[in-house]
Amino acid sequence: MTESPDIAARHASARPSKGGFLRWFNRRGWADITIATPYVWLLVFFLVPFIIVIAMSVATRTPTSPPFGFGGDHPLINTATYERLFSDSLYIRAFLTSIRNAAFATVLCLLIGYPMALGLTRVSKSWRNILLMLVILPFWTSFLLRVYAWMGLMGNNSWFNKLLTSAYNIMAPEEWAVRSIQMMNTNFAVVLVTVYSYLPFMILPLYANLEKLDLTLNEAAEDLGSRPFRVFLDVTLPLSVPGIIAGGLLVFIPASGELIIPGLVGNPSQPMIGRVIQDEFASARDWPMASAVAVALLLLLVVPMMLYSHFEAKAHEKRAMEP
Amino acid sequence: MAPPFIRIEGVTKRFGTFTAVSSVTLDIRKGEIFALLGGSGCGKTTLLRMLAGFETPTEGRIFIDGQDMTGVPAYERPVHMMFQSYALFPHMTVEKNIGYGLKHERMTEAQRKDRVREMLELVQLTEFAHRKPHQISGGQRQRVALARALARQPKLLLLDEPLAALDKKLREHTQFELMDIQHKTGTTFIVVTHDQEEAMILSNRIAVMDKGEVKQVGSPTEIYEFPNSRFVAGFIGSITFFEGKVASVAGDQAVVDVPDLGGQVTARAVPGTAPGQVLTLALRPEKIAISRARPEGPNAFEGTVDDLGYFGKDSLYKVKLASGKVLSVLSVNARRADERQRVAAWEDRVWLSFEPGAAILLTS
Repeated sequence: MTESPDIAARHASARPSKGGFLRWFNRRGWADITIATPYVWLLVFFLVPFIIVIAMSVATRTPTSPPFGFGGDHPLINTATYERLFSDSLYIRAFLTSIRNAAFATVLCLLIGYPMALGLTRVSKSWRNILLMLVILPFWTSFLLRVYAWMGLMGNNSWFNKLLTSAYNIMAPEEWAVRSIQMMNTNFAVVLVTVYSYLPFMILPLYANLEKLDLTLNEAAEDLGSRPFRVFLDVTLPLSVPGIIAGGLLVFIPASGELIIPGLVGNPSQPMIGRVIQDEFASARDWPMASAVAVALLLLLVVPMMLYSHFEAKAHEKRAMEP
Repeated sequence: MAPPFIRIEGVTKRFGTFTAVSSVTLDIRKGEIFALLGGSGCGKTTLLRMLAGFETPTEGRIFIDGQDMTGVPAYERPVHMMFQSYALFPHMTVEKNIGYGLKHERMTEAQRKDRVREMLELVQLTEFAHRKPHQISGGQRQRVALARALARQPKLLLLDEPLAALDKKLREHTQFELMDIQHKTGTTFIVVTHDQEEAMILSNRIAVMDKGEVKQVGSPTEIYEFPNSRFVAGFIGSITFFEGKVASVAGDQAVVDVPDLGGQVTARAVPGTAPGQVLTLALRPEKIAISRARPEGPNAFEGTVDDLGYFGKDSLYKVKLASGKVLSVLSVNARRADERQRVAAWEDRVWLSFEPGAAILLTS
């Protein structure tokens, strides 16, 4: 922490005067504490645990409690976990399944969420607030409850499944008729429930971005001869890229590490990475392996995040250059 | 006479119960700079947006080059607009901004490039072609907006407060530049502005608007020197109004009793002036002469200097008449004189006089 000596120095310099601490607090301290709080939080609750996880990932599994240790055949660093990570296809397949499901869910969220966000910016103020509330409303119910509701809907004997099955049987040739559509325990179910659960995370940043766009730009494009759809392609879409990236990351990152949705509605023979980590920790009691998978997942998610913040910083720089 | 290039025929625009534009009829000639002048909320911007196709008239029709624009969407009109905020596309370079409208023209890529280069030269921005709008100054942005609107060679260019976003020094420079570009391209310009000076300098003709109605249409001289109503006279420049009653009319001269001036005024009669008629007499500050000695001829009144402002090239005197009414007089400091040698100082008794033609008689 670079902040701490700084604060201490300022504190010390303020001390000789009367009521030193209060003066310091009123003058500088409040601002310093506000700035330092998130850093301290990150340090204590992210960086320190993450270092522990990294350390654990290079430890050796032991039958003790906790079930890992350092030393023995591999003094300090044991890379066996990482070797297994790349050699055992279970992990690679789990990563691929996770990324594929998360990517499908993200694209679908974008395709559904973009028109909704755009619509929100074009309705009257009073409607806008009602509709925004409806977008956030599902959060008022337990997440687990909503996933269970989908399980009920997708089950082979549910009215919903029967409705879809009969609709399918009417349209499909007779020899393709089915008794029910298998939705539960498939990747389709994972994507469907993920899209349902994460849609607000796509809509809200997109809405925040689209809402700021200057509509005179659309008028200008129309004035110069562009039809409405062309105006959308030339003006609205390129200017909403930051919103698309923000929404995409907010959906993609948690969706790829998702544990509950694939656990409840997913295909058990194609586990996603969250499930693998849980199994290694809880069932196999292989903490080093679980840690290695967790580290790999984090790196996989951090790289796109870093790319995003890099682009953001660049865009910010550009904005700052504006006279 | 040739039919007007742009004809606005009985156009009314209502938003709910509010009438923004009320049965406006205007004819605009090809190649002229026409100004719509009025305060905020007078309907000038709504009228401009109806010409561009962003609003539909509730009643009436608009013709551009003989073609009825009713039902023609903005993207199909031969009309381009320079927005008050310029509305430059922030994600495109200067060059791309200017070339944007050309995508819809049937021309080869080379022709398109030539046209963009031509426009960049016209507005002297060739070296900024690859900059983004946020990397250039306000004045440069204004020129990009102009070049973009002119690139497709519109029949009509609409300018919404073209100089409002510029600082004073840049405005003066840009005004002349705008006129120069209009002259070069021969495009018909309709300028919306609330700034009377801007309207006077830029335009061939001005329509003064108030509460959705056109109050007077005329050249800057006509609007300034021959206003047809108290509203127009008061909106353009500064002026002092007096209530009067016509005493007699002889030829084109009318004698009007003006109690506040303390006597009779000889003024140029307006059509329909008749003895006994009650009307308004208006005097502009620069039309009145100020002197210490009583001048020859009619229209001479005595007063006391109540206040004076020295602006260098001219001075403004506020002269209190016997009736208590204060009249503003603007006098050019043609002679180089120090403070003691000035025409008048505070509390001095002075004589004010003006020619019969200087007084404006207003019947409405």
